Amino acid sequence: MLKITNLQKTFNPGTVNEKVALKGLDLTLKDGDFVTVIGGNGAGKSTMLNAIAGVWKPDFGTIEIDGVNVTYMPEHKRAQYLGRVFQDPMKGTAPDMEIVENLSIAARRGTKRKLIWGIKKAEREQYKELLATLGLGLETRLTTKVGLLSGGQRQAITLLMASLQRPKLLLLDEHTAALDPKTAAKVLELTDKIVQENELTTLMITHNMRDAIEHGNRLIMMHEGNIVVDVEGEEKKKLTVEDLLGLFAKASGKEFANDRAILS
Amino acid sequence: MYFFNALPGAIAEGLIWGLMAIGVYVSYKILDIADLTVDGSICTGACVCAVLITNGVPAWLSVLIAFAAGALTGVVTGLFHTALGIPSILAGILTQLILYSVNLSILGGKSLQAIDARSNTLLLHMSNNPGAILAAGAIIVVVIICLWLFFYTEVGLTLKSTGDNPDMSRAQGVNVNFNKVLGLAIANGIVALAGALLAQYKGSANINDGRGAIVIGLAAIFIGLSVSMKIKPNFVVSLIGVIGGGIVYYIIYNFVVLLGLKTDYLKMLSAIIVALFLAVPYLKGKYFETQKSKRALAAAAASHAGGDTNA
Repeated sequence: MLKITNLQKTFNPGTVNEKVALKGLDLTLKDGDFVTVIGGNGAGKSTMLNAIAGVWKPDFGTIEIDGVNVTYMPEHKRAQYLGRVFQDPMKGTAPDMEIVENLSIAARRGTKRKLIWGIKKAEREQYKELLATLGLGLETRLTTKVGLLSGGQRQAITLLMASLQRPKLLLLDEHTAALDPKTAAKVLELTDKIVQENELTTLMITHNMRDAIEHGNRLIMMHEGNIVVDVEGEEKKKLTVEDLLGLFAKASGKEFANDRAILS
Repeated sequence: MYFFNALPGAIAEGLIWGLMAIGVYVSYKILDIADLTVDGSICTGACVCAVLITNGVPAWLSVLIAFAAGALTGVVTGLFHTALGIPSILAGILTQLILYSVNLSILGGKSLQAIDARSNTLLLHMSNNPGAILAAGAIIVVVIICLWLFFYTEVGLTLKSTGDNPDMSRAQGVNVNFNKVLGLAIANGIVALAGALLAQYKGSANINDGRGAIVIGLAAIFIGLSVSMKIKPNFVVSLIGVIGGGIVYYIIYNFVVLLGLKTDYLKMLSAIIVALFLAVPYLKGKYFETQKSKRALAAAAASHAGGDTNA
């Protein structure tokens, strides 16, 4: 589904702020894989996700999604393959627009937009049903401006938007990091549900080691722009946080350091 | 008494400037771009219309061509900004300067092109203010209906989201750069349309028409939205509010002239109105912020003192 080959990216090359963010990264995802990504500060997790999404072009290497080379495809074009949820709850939705308007824009991701009515009547009913499945009482607030909602509600809507037009790959960039623990758990639960129902191939960055272990079928740990730990299936299920820290120390020769890492 | 005699004229001119303010609304409020092309494109609209009418083109067709010319100026600014990476404010300033030369050449090197209101059939003219109000009003209704329909189409919705949240728009497959160019084209098309109506109303196009137009547009928007947002914060009501803002602006303008203020100072007055509308919310927020922290400090001091006595 996703094939990254020898991906390299250096920020601010030739300056004192030069930062090698990705060092020849290789990663292949199978159809239906749900991969959690953890790693220390500056390990290259978000850099990798942004490279896949096309926020900027890599210096070297290729990215293929379902056999299509998207390495140099502009961000808005490759959006047809991708569902994205950002760390900042404000980033995934248009605050000054209604919930239904946000959803209708997302439902047309990857299609040629025309000068025809932007929200069909049948759509409203469909959105109502989908919003009801979130269990946040949003199904009665279709015309509410998204900016009036809480961070958790906005992330839930962004998740829904990411999956309305089934993406080939779902990219979640620490999408629960800015939420309080209870809301984060709820959004994670929703994530699992949406991923399972739509059988989505998913790449989820998290700073919570336990979440990384409990969710998905495969776990990768990044360090200094490369993947240093990659476990899946039964082996992943048996992992503990201590195991992970040990694996990290062995692979990197260092203690695990992440300002926001939650170890328990 | 003189004031009431001047009222129909103020309303007619206010309607035209209100229409221009709708163009500014599209760029400033919807696209979130302070587009300074406006000062040039309104003049382009006026010049194109005046020259075409003088050369025997029907007034209605001249107005449509003026709209197209204005849209083109928006495309230029849009491409400066998106394709060449020039900051939007600077892109607008550059186009504005280009347009000064372009407008001069449209006028054939003269600084003024008069339109003979007797030998040409015009859509509106200051000699018939009630008729002018009717004509401008009808055109405004058509423009508002078109915009209202457009912003609920698939394309229109993405134009709104482009200004509201470009990150979200890109993630949803929206070509943000294309939308910015399209939006600036629509905005400046409307502005030039207003310029064309202004030239007919005044019976001439002047190379200096439109200097400070962006400021008048913003003033109309702020005046209008301060009322319409309280009534119902939706698209059509906002646009009607903006038109109302234009009219109020011109009534104030006439009133101030009546009070005997030298017309030389009117541009300064417009700028001060806009500065006030921009500054007041900011200062208000800052004032309440200070009050809040003062209260918090006082509360902390009080609880601290309380703790001491207990100990």
